[in-house]
Amino acid sequence: MPSKGTSEPAVLAAEDFDALLDALRDEGYRVVGPTVRDGAIVYAELGAASALPAGWTDEQAPGSYRLERREDGALFGYAVGPHSWKQELLPPRVRLWQTRRQQDGGFVVDEEPPPSEPTAFVGVRPCELAAIAIQDRVFLGGRFQDGDYAARRSDVFLVAVDCGDPSSLCFCTSVAGGPGARDGFDLALTELLDGGHRFLVRAGSPAGAEVLARLPVTATSPRDLDEAAAVVAGAVEQMEGRFDSTDLHDLLLRNLESPQWDAVAERCLTCGNCTLVCPTCFCTHVEDASALDGSTAERTRVWDTCFSVQYAEMHGGNTRPTPRARYRQWLTHKLATWEDQFGSLGCVGCGRCIAWCPVGIDIREEVRSIRAEEEEHAHA
Amino acid sequence: MATSTTEPVAALRGSMTPLPYRVARRRRENHDNWTLELEPVEDAIEPIAPGQFTMLYAFGVGEVPISTSGDIEASGTTLVHTIRAVGAVTKALCAAGPGDVLGVRGPFGNTWPIEAAHARDLVLVGGGVGLPPLRPAIYHALAHRSEFGKLVVLYGGRTPEDLLFRKELERWRGRLDMDVEVSVDSAGSGWNGNVGVVTKLIPAAPFDADDAVAFVVGPEIMMRFTARALIDRGLPPERIWISMERTMRCGVGLCGHCQLGPTLICRDGPVYRWDELESLLGVHEL
Amino acid sequence: MRTLDALIVESPVFEGLDQDQLELIAGCASNTVFAAGERLFREGDQADTFFLLRHGLVALDAYVPNRGQLTVETVGPGEIVGWSWLLPPHRWHFTGRAVELVRAVQFDGACLRKKCDEDPLLGYDLLTRFAQVLVSRLQATRLQLMDVYGDKHD
Repeated sequence: MPSKGTSEPAVLAAEDFDALLDALRDEGYRVVGPTVRDGAIVYAELGAASALPAGWTDEQAPGSYRLERREDGALFGYAVGPHSWKQELLPPRVRLWQTRRQQDGGFVVDEEPPPSEPTAFVGVRPCELAAIAIQDRVFLGGRFQDGDYAARRSDVFLVAVDCGDPSSLCFCTSVAGGPGARDGFDLALTELLDGGHRFLVRAGSPAGAEVLARLPVTATSPRDLDEAAAVVAGAVEQMEGRFDSTDLHDLLLRNLESPQWDAVAERCLTCGNCTLVCPTCFCTHVEDASALDGSTAERTRVWDTCFSVQYAEMHGGNTRPTPRARYRQWLTHKLATWEDQFGSLGCVGCGRCIAWCPVGIDIREEVRSIRAEEEEHAHA
Repeated sequence: MATSTTEPVAALRGSMTPLPYRVARRRRENHDNWTLELEPVEDAIEPIAPGQFTMLYAFGVGEVPISTSGDIEASGTTLVHTIRAVGAVTKALCAAGPGDVLGVRGPFGNTWPIEAAHARDLVLVGGGVGLPPLRPAIYHALAHRSEFGKLVVLYGGRTPEDLLFRKELERWRGRLDMDVEVSVDSAGSGWNGNVGVVTKLIPAAPFDADDAVAFVVGPEIMMRFTARALIDRGLPPERIWISMERTMRCGVGLCGHCQLGPTLICRDGPVYRWDELESLLGVHEL
Repeated sequence: MRTLDALIVESPVFEGLDQDQLELIAGCASNTVFAAGERLFREGDQADTFFLLRHGLVALDAYVPNRGQLTVETVGPGEIVGWSWLLPPHRWHFTGRAVELVRAVQFDGACLRKKCDEDPLLGYDLLTRFAQVLVSRLQATRLQLMDVYGDKHD
C-alpha cells in the first residue's frame, strides 16, 4: 500500500462521488469513465456518478464476457472491459494533415492543430496505468516523438481505482505492477465496502492534491487503511500462480519454431480482436487519400493490426503470409521483443485478449505449452 | 526540423509532414527504373548520409521509403533517388517529370559505417536494385580515395538490359584505382561478359579478406548467399554489412510495421552488421 | 612456360593429387587454344573431353526456340568446363563458346575413363573431385533459377 501522495490520504463517501466529477469539470476537464452499454462496461463521457456501473461485475473466461449483478452496489466492482484508454490517447483515426495543390504545381501542407481537450480518465486500473506508461515509452521515449499523443497525454488527469475484484483472466501480478496503484496517477481511489460505502483517496501529484483539497472528504482511520490494504492483498492472492513469467523473453525467442505455433494457428482467425482491445498495442498505418479531382489530399493515421494479411506486404510479396507467422509475431512482440525495442514488457496482464478472442485463445496457456514442449524435448 | 542525433525530435506531426521538393531532373535507367533529382521548394531536410532513406510522397497516392543513391557531397541540398516502378506509389513517383512537386520526409535510418573501412579494402556487392543504396558510399570512397585500400564493386543483375548505371559502371571499370566486375543471371547474344550469380565473382575478386570490409545490398536471399561466399573467402562476419528492407509506413519507429524480431528497421537500421542479423534472417517468416 | 603437370596440380579441382595420379591424368592432357567466338563443343555431341581453363571466358549456351541463344553461365580461369565425359550418356548438355581468346588444358575423357576402369581408386578420386564441381554448379544454378531480381514473387 503505497501512497506517494503529496498530501494525506482521505476518505470520500460513495454518495459524494459526484463532488469528484464536478470538481474535475470545474477544473476544465471533460470526464470519461466506465459505464454500462451494450452489455459491457465501456469508457464514455460521464454526466454524473449515476452513470457509473454501480452494482455490476464482469464474469470473464476465454472467449467470454458477461455482466453480472452484484449485491453490494460497488461502483467499480468489475475488472476491465473491452475499451482501454488508448482510444483517448491514440484515437483510432487521427487526421495528420491536409494538403492542396497550388498554381505552380507545388503543394502546401496544413497540419492539424494539436488537440487541446483536457480530459479526466476516471477509473483507471493499475494495469492501465502500466499500459499508459508503456505507450509513453513508445511514443515519447524515442528519437521521434508522437506530437498528437504528447498533446493528448499532457492534457490528461488520471483518477486510478485499485482493483479489488480481478477477473479469472487477470495476471497483472506476474507481468506488471499488481492491482494496487503505485504511481503515475493524479488521484488514486480504493473502494471500501465494509462499514460504509466509501473511498480511500490519495493524491499522486500536485494537480491531484489540488482537486483532493476541494472534495468533502474526512480523515482516514486505521480501519480505512487496513481495509484498503486488504482489498489489494485479496486481489493479489486471487491472481497467485496464474502465469509463470520466468525467463519469458528468452523462452519465447528460443522457441520460434515450436510446434505450438502451428497448433495455435489452427485456431486463430487472425481477426485482430486481441490487438483492438489490448491497451498497449499501438500499430498504426497511414492512409493517403485525395479528392476525386486530385486538387486536395489528406493523410490519416489509423489503427492497424499485425494480424491483417496486408500488414507485412511489400512489393515482391509478403513477409508474413501465414496466420502462424502473424500470431507468433504478435505474441513474441508483446512478451519478448517489446523489451528489446522499448525496454519493458509489452503486456500488463489485463486478460482482455483472452476474453475477447472469439475462439478463446489464452496467451498464458500458449506460453505454458511452449515451455512444456521445450522441457519435454530437453528430456527426450 | 533541426535535430541532433540524441535530442528528441518534437511532434509526430512534424516528422509525418512532407516537405515539397521539385523534380529537377528525371533519367530513365532501364525499363522500370528511374532516377529523380529533387530540389527543395523552400525548406530542405537535414543533410542525408550514405545508407539513409527518405519517405517520398506522391501527392494523394502515398509514400514509400527510398534510399539515397547519389553523390551526396556533390549534390548540396539536391536529393538523388533511384526508384523502381513496381506499385501505385512508385509508378506515380517515376511518372513525375521536371517541374513536378513531390513530398519528402527524412532523412531516416542509420548510415553505412564507412569509417570502418578506413585503411582497409572496401568491397561493395550489389544485386539488382541493390546498387543504388551503395552508390553514395562508392562516391564517398572515390572522393576520399586515399583513405581506403582497394575499392572493389561487384554487381549482379538479371539480364544485361536490367543493369543499372551501366555507363557509369563502365566508366568506373576504366579507372586504375578501382575494380568493377559485373555478372548477369542470364543473357542472350550480344553480351560478352560474365553470366552467373554475383557470388561467383567473389572468389577471384581482388581484395584482401584479412583486411577488408564489405557492404552488401540486394534481395534478402542474395545477401545471404553473398555473405556466405564472403565468409568462405575469409572475411569475418563482423566486417560484412547489409541493408535491410521491410514494410514501412511511418519511417520514424512509431507504427510498428518494420519490425524484424527485436529490431525496428527504420530506427535501428536499415544498415546492419551481418553477425547481428544472421540468426534472425534464418527464421522463416519472422 | 609452365609444364602441363604444374598447370594441372595448381588448379583448385586437382589440388592434392599425388605424383602417380598426376602422371596418369597428365598423360591424357594437352594444351589447346580457341579464338574468340570459336566453339569448344556443341550441345548434343559426344562428350569425350573436358577443359581446365587457364585464360579467357567460356560461355555455356543453350538454344531456346522463340528466345534464341541464351547464355546460362560463363566459366573462367581456374575452372573446369565439362563433366558429361564422366557420366553416361556422355553427351554435352550445352554448347561451349569462347567469348574471348581462351587457353586451356584439354583432357581426353575417353582415355581417362579407361584408366579409371583399370584403377578404381583413381576413378573414385576423380569422381569425388568432379562431384564437387557439380555441387557448386548446382548451387549457383539454383540461385539463378530463383530469379531474385525479378518482378513478383508470389
